[in-house]
Formats: sequence, C-alpha cells, structure tokens
Amino acid sequence: MSIKERYAVKQLSIFLENRKGRLLEVTEALKNADINIRALAMAESAEFGILRLVVNNPELARNILSSGGFTVRLQDVFAVEVDDTPGSFCGVVRALSNADVNIDYTYAFVGGSHKAVLVFRVPEELLEKALVAVRDAGLGLVAPQFFYR
Amino acid sequence: MWNSIEGAPREAMEALQARRLRDMVSRVHHLVPFYRERFREAGVSPADIVSVSDLARLPFTTKQDLRDHYPFGLFAAPLSQVVRIHSSSGTTGKPTVVGYTAHDLDVWKEVMARTFRMAGVGPGDVVHNAYGYGLFTGGLGFHYGAEAVGAAIIPSGGGFTKRQLLLMKDFGATVLCCTPSFALHLSEVAREEGYSIREDFRIRAGFFGAEPASEGLRAAVRDAWGIEYHETYGLSEIIGPGVAASCPHGRLHINEDHFLPEVIDPATGQPLPYGEEGELVLTTVSKQALPIIRYRTRDITCLHPEPCPCGRTLISMESVKGRSDDMLIVNGVNVFPSQVEHVLTKVEGLTPNYVIVLEKKGVLDRLEVWVEVDERTFDDGIGALEGLKKRLESEMLNELYINVRVKLVEPKTLERSMGKAQRIVDKREVKTAS
Repeated sequence: MSIKERYAVKQLSIFLENRKGRLLEVTEALKNADINIRALAMAESAEFGILRLVVNNPELARNILSSGGFTVRLQDVFAVEVDDTPGSFCGVVRALSNADVNIDYTYAFVGGSHKAVLVFRVPEELLEKALVAVRDAGLGLVAPQFFYR
Repeated sequence: MWNSIEGAPREAMEALQARRLRDMVSRVHHLVPFYRERFREAGVSPADIVSVSDLARLPFTTKQDLRDHYPFGLFAAPLSQVVRIHSSSGTTGKPTVVGYTAHDLDVWKEVMARTFRMAGVGPGDVVHNAYGYGLFTGGLGFHYGAEAVGAAIIPSGGGFTKRQLLLMKDFGATVLCCTPSFALHLSEVAREEGYSIREDFRIRAGFFGAEPASEGLRAAVRDAWGIEYHETYGLSEIIGPGVAASCPHGRLHINEDHFLPEVIDPATGQPLPYGEEGELVLTTVSKQALPIIRYRTRDITCLHPEPCPCGRTLISMESVKGRSDDMLIVNGVNVFPSQVEHVLTKVEGLTPNYVIVLEKKGVLDRLEVWVEVDERTFDDGIGALEGLKKRLESEMLNELYINVRVKLVEPKTLERSMGKAQRIVDKREVKTAS
C-alpha cells in the first residue's frame, strides 16, 4: 500500500453562489442523509464561495449533493496530528517548505487530549512528496479512517 | 441641403435609381460568383431588371452570406482598388468584412455630408465625435463627413468621459456625435463634475445613432443638452452611418439615390406597401467594392414616401422599432447570443448553459453573462475560478468587442431564477425604439 493510499483523505469541495439559504440547503441535505461533518473550511470571493468538508462518508455525501444539484468535487487532502502547543503548525509548514511543496490551503481543528489536527491541500502531483516529507520529519500523519467513522 | 438630389422630383429620382440598379445588377452578375449563382437559382437575369419595381425579383442577401464568404468573397472590386476595410463582429465567430474603393469613400463622405447639413453644420462648427474609431464604421464615417462640410472635427473616440467633457468645453464644440445613451451619460457626468451645461458648453446639435432609442431617451438627451436631436441610421454592411438621417422636422430620410429601401414581411419575404411595418431591406446601387443586393437588415420599421416640409423628397423611414432576429445592441455594438455561446464552447468542459442579462448601469448598458459551473469545470480553488471568469471576460471582449461581466453560477440556478429556459433577460427600460 503506497503512502498516498494510506494517508490521502477525501475532501468534498462544493461550489456555492453567495446566495441566501444556500449553505442551509447543503447542510440540510447532509443532515438528512445522516452524514457527519468532521472538518470544514469556507473560501470565499465576492461572488461565490467554496465549502470544503471532510465527512465520515465522502462518497455518499458526494452522491447526495450531486443529485441535489450542487457542483461537487472530491479531492485528496492529508491531515497531520500535532500537539496543541505553540510552534506545532510551524513545524509542519517547515517540513513542507524544506521539501519545496507549495500549500494550496490549510485548515485545522482542535482534537481531543491537547492535540490539534491540521488539514493540508497541496498540488496533486506533490501530494506524495508532501506525505513523505511529513513522515520523514517524524510528524503524525492521520489515516483517513480517523475521519470516516 | 447638401445635394439637390435630396429634393428631386420623384420621376427624376426613380430614373436615377433604375439606371444605377441596372448597372449594379449587371456588375455583380459579372463579377461576383455568389450573385451569379443566386440569380440563376432565382431564375432572374440582369436583363429582367429594368426599373426599381423589378427589385423584388432579385434574391435577398443576409449577414450569413457575408460570413460564408469571409473575408473578401463578395467583393466586386479587386483588392488593388480597395482602399479601406472595416469589419464588425459576426454572428458566430467570424467577423463581417466590408471594403471600400476610393469612389465608395466618396459616396460615404457625400451621404455623411448630407447628414451634417441636416443641422446646417459647416465651416466654423466644431464637431466632437465620440463614436468609436477603428474597425467600427461609426468613428471614421462621421469623421470624413464633418471634414467634407468644412467643420473642425475632434476625433475623440469612445471612453474617457471626463476628458471628453473638458475638450468639448475648451474647444467650444458645437456638434456632438455619439450614441444616444452616451450623450445622456456625458450630460450626467458633466453635472456631477460641476459643469453648467448651458453656460459651459456651446453644443447646438447632435447626431445620435448606432442603437435604438425610445422617444423618452431622445427627449432626455434633447433636454439635458438643450440641442437639436438628429437621429442617424446606418449599418456597416451597407456603408456605415449615412444610410439615413433625420431632418429638422424629425423625419429620417433615406439616401435612396444610393440605397434602395424596401419593407418586407420578414416571414414570407413579400414586399409590403408604404406605411406598413416590416423588415427593412436595402440595396446599394452606387458602391463598388461591396455592392449588396436586397440586404436583410432585420430592423423593423416602415417607409413613408410623402415629401417633407424640409424640402427633401427622399423617402423617410420610422425609427427602428425592433429586430426580426435575436441581435442585441449594447452601447451601440451589435451582439448576437451565438457569439457568447461560441466563446463558452471554446472553453473546454464548460456547460453551454448561460443566460445573457442586460441591464442599465446608469444610462449605459451593461451586459452580464451568467455561466453555470459544473463538475467538470469546477476546480477546487478560488484562484482557478477567478481565472476562468477573467479568461471568459477577456475572450468575450475579443469576440464581442465589448466589456462583458461574467458571473459564475451554480447549475440549475438559471432555470430557478428565470422560470424557464430563457437565454436573454433584457432588463433595460429602452429595448426598442418606439
């Protein structure tokens, strides 16, 4: 099993116009399908936004949203668990930077027992390199099973 | 009056028209394979065309024909005799090309001189020309006409509203040439900039065309500037501006010694009697490089032959009431929905689901294209989507010659907000002239 197969996490990206009630429609569709959102981030421009979600069942969520008329894509991201202390984020960014990996975007959430989970999106072709760099720096990559439950 | 022919008796005019028509028909039959073929299909030969009443026996020419023979296939003069080429945006990507010999430019100058004389423009006048210069026929058409009557021309071109106002004031412009909506826009900006229109400007007359204008818009321009409003009508395929211009009595006289007008039923192609509304069809009888037989203008109007109190006997047409096709006029520029579609289909994976939304932004038109983003085009990144939007906007500018605002929308949004599959939403108050 390659490092990519082991650690790539499926993230949903949903294209949303900046329109009243649209976010509610997405979240309702997920709620009705009993899908749990494990992590989320929202990117926005003047006219539209992109909602990024890591959920417990990405394939199901994609099908639900797609048939609900949303523009959805599934993409690979990866997650790193760090101590919830100053400098932890910096450590991961440094590892990626040293490996010449650009970060497209990142978001984070606080986990249990003084841990934090960082989610990174890097260019598709650099994903493997990024995973290796993080692993070789002795940092804790998070397996997707952590989210898919 | 610039030329006595404008007030000639009917018989003299018809005799001149018949002579020119015969010459032109045998010329195109001899020189342009397209027309030879069309005549053959219609079972008509040049010998059948004796008088103007025989016009209806000739086949029509359409914008599509011009496009199909891009760029010079319909020219009746060798390129060595062509001294000017203009072009306008075409319906599906390819522009329409028009050429002029030196003689054609003289004809154009002549009809534009007649246009300016409608307001008595001549030496001592300063003509501020805010029509676009370049491939568009508006700028240069008015330019040479103003020079022909001996006025001083300011070749301002479009845009830069504040600078235009400064020049109009400082150069003491007496005549304004632009689209009616730009004339109104200029007056609004003048007011915002603190000008007193009556005291700071010497404008006494204006020549407004290239887009339909309602009576409301015309009155607003007239009142804002306190000037004589002269409407102009023209199209590049025929010559550019100069096909018709309105006299002080408000009648839009067609220069029918050069352009023979007919009004037809757009559905059947049958000629309609004077006074009945239909599609204007024009035949050029004096042009050399690109003579056109029975050109379907798609403009809806009607013709009135009664002589005018201004002394002109030239037939007059009513202000264009609308179009018999889906062409849109946006700030004076012709736009076809098919051009928008053409740009969209060039971008790989883009859904051809779009809506064209036309709105008034102030007094000027704003064209928005709403494009649905589907899963093939959607790239997870704001930058990629903004890039798509920018690319589409720049391609649209390239193709349509106007600034278009592209808005990326979710699938199904269009049907949701429009109720049904409707490609064009025109929210402008002034849609057609009436």
